Amino acid sequence: MTHQVPWLSLLIWLPIVAGIVLLFIVGEKRAIVAKWFALAASVMTFIFSLSLYTDYDSSTAVLQFVERSIWIESFGIEYYLGVDGFSIPLIILTSLMTVIVVIASWQTISHRIAMYLAAFLLMCGLMNGVFSAADSILFYVFWEATLIPMFLVIGIWGGANRVYATIKFFLYTFVGSVLMLVALIYLGLAANTFDISQLHKLPLTFLEQHYIFWAFLFAFAVKVPMWPVHTWLPDAHVEAPTGGSVILAAIMLKLGTYGFIRFSLPIAPDAAIYWSEMMIVLALIAVVYIGLVALVQKDMKKLIAYSSIAHMGFVVLGFFIVFALLAKDRSDAAVLAMQGGLIQMISHGFISGALFLCIGVLYDRMHSRNIIDYGGVAASMPKFAALFMVFAMANSGLPGTSGFVGEFFVILAAFQANPWYAILAGTTLVLGAAYSLWMYRRVMFGEVLNQQVAELSDVSSREFYLLLLLALLVILFGVWPAPLIDLMSSSVNHLLSCGLQSKLTTIQSCAL
Amino acid sequence: MQNTLLTIVLLPLLGSVLAGLFGNKIGRKGAHLVTIFGVGVSCALSMQIMWGFIDGQFTSFNISIYQWATLGDLTLEVGFLLDALSATMLCVVTFVSLMVHIYTIGYMSDDPGYQRFFSYISLFTFSMLVLVLSNNFLQLFFGWEAVGVVSYLLIGFWYKKDSAVFANLKAFLVNRVGDFGFLIGIAAVLFYFNSLDYQTVFNAAPQFVELEHKIDIGFGEWSAITFICIALFIGAMGKSAQVPLHVWLPDSMEGPTPISALIHAATMVTAGVFMVSRMSPLFEFSDTALSFVLIIGAITALFMGILGIVQNDIKRVIAYSTLSQLGYMVAALGASAYAASIFHLMTHAFFKALLFLAAGSVIIGMHHIQDIRYMGNIRKYMPITFITSLIGTLALVGFPFFSGFYSKDAIIESVKFSNIIGSDFAYYSLLIGVFVTSLYSFRLLFLVFFSQERMTESTRRHLQESPKVVWVPLVMLAIPSIAIAWFSTDAMLFGTFFDNVIFVKPEHPALAMFSREFTNVWDFALHGFQTLPVWLVILGAVIAYVFFVLKPHWSKRLSESLSGVYNLLVNHYYFDAFNQKVLVAIGLLAGNGLWKISDQKLIDGVMVNGSAKAIGFFAGIVRHIQTGNMYHYVLFMMVGLISLLSWLVWTFVG
Repeated sequence: MTHQVPWLSLLIWLPIVAGIVLLFIVGEKRAIVAKWFALAASVMTFIFSLSLYTDYDSSTAVLQFVERSIWIESFGIEYYLGVDGFSIPLIILTSLMTVIVVIASWQTISHRIAMYLAAFLLMCGLMNGVFSAADSILFYVFWEATLIPMFLVIGIWGGANRVYATIKFFLYTFVGSVLMLVALIYLGLAANTFDISQLHKLPLTFLEQHYIFWAFLFAFAVKVPMWPVHTWLPDAHVEAPTGGSVILAAIMLKLGTYGFIRFSLPIAPDAAIYWSEMMIVLALIAVVYIGLVALVQKDMKKLIAYSSIAHMGFVVLGFFIVFALLAKDRSDAAVLAMQGGLIQMISHGFISGALFLCIGVLYDRMHSRNIIDYGGVAASMPKFAALFMVFAMANSGLPGTSGFVGEFFVILAAFQANPWYAILAGTTLVLGAAYSLWMYRRVMFGEVLNQQVAELSDVSSREFYLLLLLALLVILFGVWPAPLIDLMSSSVNHLLSCGLQSKLTTIQSCAL
Repeated sequence: MQNTLLTIVLLPLLGSVLAGLFGNKIGRKGAHLVTIFGVGVSCALSMQIMWGFIDGQFTSFNISIYQWATLGDLTLEVGFLLDALSATMLCVVTFVSLMVHIYTIGYMSDDPGYQRFFSYISLFTFSMLVLVLSNNFLQLFFGWEAVGVVSYLLIGFWYKKDSAVFANLKAFLVNRVGDFGFLIGIAAVLFYFNSLDYQTVFNAAPQFVELEHKIDIGFGEWSAITFICIALFIGAMGKSAQVPLHVWLPDSMEGPTPISALIHAATMVTAGVFMVSRMSPLFEFSDTALSFVLIIGAITALFMGILGIVQNDIKRVIAYSTLSQLGYMVAALGASAYAASIFHLMTHAFFKALLFLAAGSVIIGMHHIQDIRYMGNIRKYMPITFITSLIGTLALVGFPFFSGFYSKDAIIESVKFSNIIGSDFAYYSLLIGVFVTSLYSFRLLFLVFFSQERMTESTRRHLQESPKVVWVPLVMLAIPSIAIAWFSTDAMLFGTFFDNVIFVKPEHPALAMFSREFTNVWDFALHGFQTLPVWLVILGAVIAYVFFVLKPHWSKRLSESLSGVYNLLVNHYYFDAFNQKVLVAIGLLAGNGLWKISDQKLIDGVMVNGSAKAIGFFAGIVRHIQTGNMYHYVLFMMVGLISLLSWLVWTFVG
């Protein structure tokens, strides 16, 4: 199945090539050219990514837009791309958020703007590569490569303590992914191919599955991040420039949960079942414990970083209660759980991205992220106050916003697995509202704190339309999530009916 | 019918969007015209629909609007269920909302946030309509939370006021505690019924109960239906402000008065009552849940009423009165007298909105002084406000022939006839509650409109009747406060109006037993004079007159001699102190502890100690090769990566 237009290659290489051109040919001399060039490249990438949505056949779970050719023949490594319902929304999200970051940086970055924008274009291409790789080594290469531009972004444009943050970020993620590489090579040798879909079918003993599961878990848990390997995230966010935080929260965290559905669950289903209760407990700790920690943060970015960890907990919870539900023969609830997790991934991309942009808007004006330095901002920035309110509410999971859909599905499904899961996860209703709205209250409401706050200028039209776009998306998917759900449903059904079958009993062929 | 309903629901939304987003372009006049037009048309259409139901022309409509999501075999839809119950709610909501919209023109005339206010109240109307018209649990939850948000926005409307933004956060969070229960209830419904559609669930309920499902979450075995009902009711406790989740409602008085009338008296706070009535096909199957509902309602009715006696803020007196009246409605639900509850919801919406708006009119006259200790004899200056307040008060205390009498008496009598656990306690609580209601209501009336003038001279000189846009809504609300029951008691309370909507098991015949004694509305009222409640009302009024008009120093002396009780009351039974000093403190302490000890000391300090040292090591290397160019670091990273990769590949493959 080959397409005439190699859409996936375009989505990967267009931004990467544009980034390289920006870096070496356009350069820093003419900032305005660099900006327009980056904008054009990112917008084109985004427009191309939409064709995945329009041309995708959502009635089947087979990989589509496939491109396949030999890459390193001696090892059987291929340049093999293809997407399904899991990856398409993430690719579109990545391309969209890149456009947003480029526009958001328009006036806020003055130091080495071309390099800055190039880093984001490179990241966009590389992450699109992660989401469309169908060969495990290709996946790994893209996966690791995304670290480099992010490392640069934090290291060069970051805050005072950036060296500590970058090294912590790098060490955590790198150590995790090395284990993943070992697992991938082991699997590749066993299957004699690195084709991911073949790895899904590879028969493995229980013991092998345990090792594989844990190797993957280290890589993915760090990215998500899951408790207790989460402490790098708040540090990285605090030091990262706005754009870095947006991409980190909106896309990079999703690499981890994407890994679970692409690798851990289908490759080591029996180990996943075995460890699922542990995963659920870790996810619930993320929701409750991290929710409480978020409550007491004094730095806005840290607060949103912790809230991200709590929200990503729902994704993990959704993915791992699936086993209990299938065991109870509740396949509808399993669909609910899986879809809930997936929708939460997309929705969290919009909401956390938008919240970091909002904090960026404030930071650009006041040069502080401390809640205590603010108060009464709503009086001088009414338009901003309205938009920020939408995101704060979405972050507390308000129905009618996308933040509600995923959490609602996961809680409904969790109840069927064990009422206590739902009760603990449900505390987010109170905790999420408490930390989001308490922050909002202290920053935006109340008496105008000082002259500096009184003189704040409201959002510029650039900032306004950027945030408005995200607000509309947040509301659209809250009021009508059906298109997103339908896009993913074949892949979800396939994973639930075939992908999670035990590898220990006789293997039934689950043909596509 | 679908188009009519869509028009009813969407016009207020349209008005809200226009006033909210284009407020500066269309101006103040444009904002109130467009929102009033929207709500006005909704109101007219609702009345027309109501007529269809009274006429017997309509029975019910269940319409699906669009598919929200499809997951496996589960379809979640947005749709409308129009029946006698939702039609009643439509009328109440749109009518009170319309009155409040008109009144707002006068009340908010000097406020810089004029357009924003209209946008919010129209948005509220939309959300409330979504809630009452819902035909499934998902949409119910949508509306449920949406009204909560608009309430949050409106309580904090004057966002520079610290007390207002404290109150709105508190309101939202307390409601969220209720919503948590509600959500668990919905999850349980989905678990047991595999559907979130009302009709499907209600139809399956009788068979479901026969299967006697049990649920065990660690506190012994519960019958599944009891679990579902109590979880759902916890949601109602938040929204309808029942003890102990009532704490937000008095504070919500920080918002502008029109919304106190609309949201915190007439409509939103009754959502819980509406919801339980809607769920009667579930609640009827659990006597335990009904007892719980009954007892909570009775406690709220009595003890919140008592707090009304010691309040000095005109709006807070009415707020506690609202709490108490909500308690009456909830108690009626517990006694399976759903029709009486909805009936009281309706009459209460009119007379309580009236009382709030009249209080607002007094507040305008007093130049935003709300303390009744500085009022007195205002009837001389504001005759229309006085007469309408008097009507509202008589309706509230349940004086015969006023609408409140019929609804409240029906509740008390039904609870008397009820035979579930706790009904005796509830009956006496409600009975004493009647006396208490009368006491605080007449205290308020006397202190504001009678007794000597205690305001400053400058305030007194400016006292005058409020403008027409303010008093016309008062008069419009006074009419149903007197008379609505004359036309509706027959059908709603004792007739067949709610027959297809509300389900009552034959074992719970409280209201039916009461209705056997009923002949017609006039005899009902006349008969009232021979019953205890009416005499309790009169007793309350007399005592209020003696203590607060004739011998004001008596009340002072009494509060001094009973200072222990008095302190308990002025501190609202210490609920707020407990929440603030215990619950919130524990939450913050836990957060700080987990962050500083677990995250920073244990995880970062001990677990990552190795890598922390590694960081030091790395930093050392970095310092040596530091060139200030980040590219060099990246180069090292890539070299490292590639060498590692090749090493691995060669070891395994080669």
